[in-house]
Amino acid sequence: MNDPATGSVSGGPAAGARRPMSPVGLAMRRFRRNRLAMAGLAMLALVAGACAVGLIWELSALAHGDPEPYRTPLAGTHPQPPNADYPFGTDLLGRDMLARTLVGGCVSLGVGLAAAIISILIGTGWGVTSGYAGRSLDTVMMRIVDVLYGLPYILIVILLWVAVADQSLQVRMVVLLLAIGGVSWLTMARVVRGQVLALREAEFVQAARALGSGPARIIVKELLPNLTGTILVCATLTVPLAILQESFLSFLGLGVPPPLASWGTLASDAVAALQPVRVYWWLLAAPCAMLGATLLGLNFVGDGLRDAFDPRSR
Amino acid sequence: MAAYILRRLAYFVPTLLAIYTAAFLLMHAAPGSPFGDEKGLPPEVLAVRQAEFHLDKPLWQQYVLYGWDLVTLRGHTSMRYPGRNVIHDILAPAFPVSLVLGLFALGLSVVVGTAAGVLSAARPRSAADYTAMAGAMIGISQPSFVLATVLLAVFAVALGWLPVGGWGRPSQMVLPALALAALPAAYIARLVRTGMIEVLSADFIRTARAKGLAERQVLLGHALPTAWLPVLGYLGPAAAGIFTGSFVVEKVFAIPGVGQHFVDSALHRDHPMILATVLLYAVLLVVFNLLVDIGYAWLDPRIRYE
Repeated sequence: MNDPATGSVSGGPAAGARRPMSPVGLAMRRFRRNRLAMAGLAMLALVAGACAVGLIWELSALAHGDPEPYRTPLAGTHPQPPNADYPFGTDLLGRDMLARTLVGGCVSLGVGLAAAIISILIGTGWGVTSGYAGRSLDTVMMRIVDVLYGLPYILIVILLWVAVADQSLQVRMVVLLLAIGGVSWLTMARVVRGQVLALREAEFVQAARALGSGPARIIVKELLPNLTGTILVCATLTVPLAILQESFLSFLGLGVPPPLASWGTLASDAVAALQPVRVYWWLLAAPCAMLGATLLGLNFVGDGLRDAFDPRSR
Repeated sequence: MAAYILRRLAYFVPTLLAIYTAAFLLMHAAPGSPFGDEKGLPPEVLAVRQAEFHLDKPLWQQYVLYGWDLVTLRGHTSMRYPGRNVIHDILAPAFPVSLVLGLFALGLSVVVGTAAGVLSAARPRSAADYTAMAGAMIGISQPSFVLATVLLAVFAVALGWLPVGGWGRPSQMVLPALALAALPAAYIARLVRTGMIEVLSADFIRTARAKGLAERQVLLGHALPTAWLPVLGYLGPAAAGIFTGSFVVEKVFAIPGVGQHFVDSALHRDHPMILATVLLYAVLLVVFNLLVDIGYAWLDPRIRYE
């Protein structure tokens, strides 16, 4: 997935006058030259844009007091295959699949984004602390990660689910996000710790230490800039995993509560409605196509970022 | 090496103990008792039921009693299925099914993933490369229950080539194993491809080519062992994913494995069952991770464990 042009520095007309680029700037330039990664980014933008339109549609219906498109049954016989009125068809209860797919996309993307943010905040903090402190604190913190890895995450999610007595939509969503985010930071913590262990002994860190920098300053000024690539790549690849986990939970009936939808609940409802006599293929096609495009786009972007930040790929 | 393995085995004890403790505490953090929602149960009956599952004793006694039942492999009766021992009557018959399916799926994903990765790295940007990588993308981009259902609908229902579900005959294993193997196979293919492309530009590969070795030997004998190292690291998480992910596939294909107990025990708060399945999973995971680390030392002579 390396672009052949990756390493070459093509001198533009004003090549002589240009400032030397920062490592992040160089990586971003390599990223922009990676066609597959840019295609992935375009796919993501398209999906996110469509979901944003769906959100605006929903919000404007709410603001005007109109029936919400994703949860209001339509008149007539249902389910209808895709047609001029309903481009994605309608579901078994006569709801517009287009609205449900777009609103479901907002939920799925939101889950993925929340997992990425949690893994960046907790995972990076945990990994940097563990790696930089070293010695017994490092051992204890990494054993905790090992134990959490060893606990099957479905169990954590289900127990969290039953532990919270409040069944309202908001609480359910928060529990879902906490559950998925709570397990998604482990990989980040491990990866970041490994990097910090190597960077801690690097010459520039020793120089900073010799100049009298304290741990906080070294971490913020020296380590974090060098971890940007690692963190970015790991966070990008966390998102598709979180979205897949959400769909897995939906299959178990532990996803977002109805009538709200996510791509996972839509797909698992469609799978449940599948039967040999009458095939409601459009119920499965719309959410799975959106889901597939998102996961592919994220993987392409993640690979592209890794190639761009990996010094060996130069 | 032997000392290393012994030390790792010694680490098993605190790790498993910590996992057991965490599961035990999580289980008890949920409000209410497992029999709380059975309305109209006479208090005498409730007391007997609670005594049967040590619920009348303090927490630390429950902790010790259940732990001892598991360590001695004696097991305890299930809360959900009265009269059935969680180890002897429930997990013992189900575990071999899941193990065989899981190992078969893992082996399939390694073989298919490695072959696809080598093929696409041997000729980057060729038709073979694009086909293999497109296949890998499909594996990554869909949840396993969708993949399993589509495989079922196409190959079992529409074409009628393979049985719809069940367990016992080898042909019944093909579709579930495919559905389970798709995601790890796709990851392995990408790992192998990236690793191979990197290794193929190394000096020792140029030497191997210069001394006139056949391309086959260069690829498989020299490049692959080095390029395969990242796959070894991925095998631990992959095995964990396959063993937990088997729930979905076992459900779709009606396979009597461990997966259903895993989820159902937590949903129904069947205390003895939760602890038994969690420990089973944890033991599998730590043993597998140890095997992976031994594999590292065997495949890469630079790695030394003292």
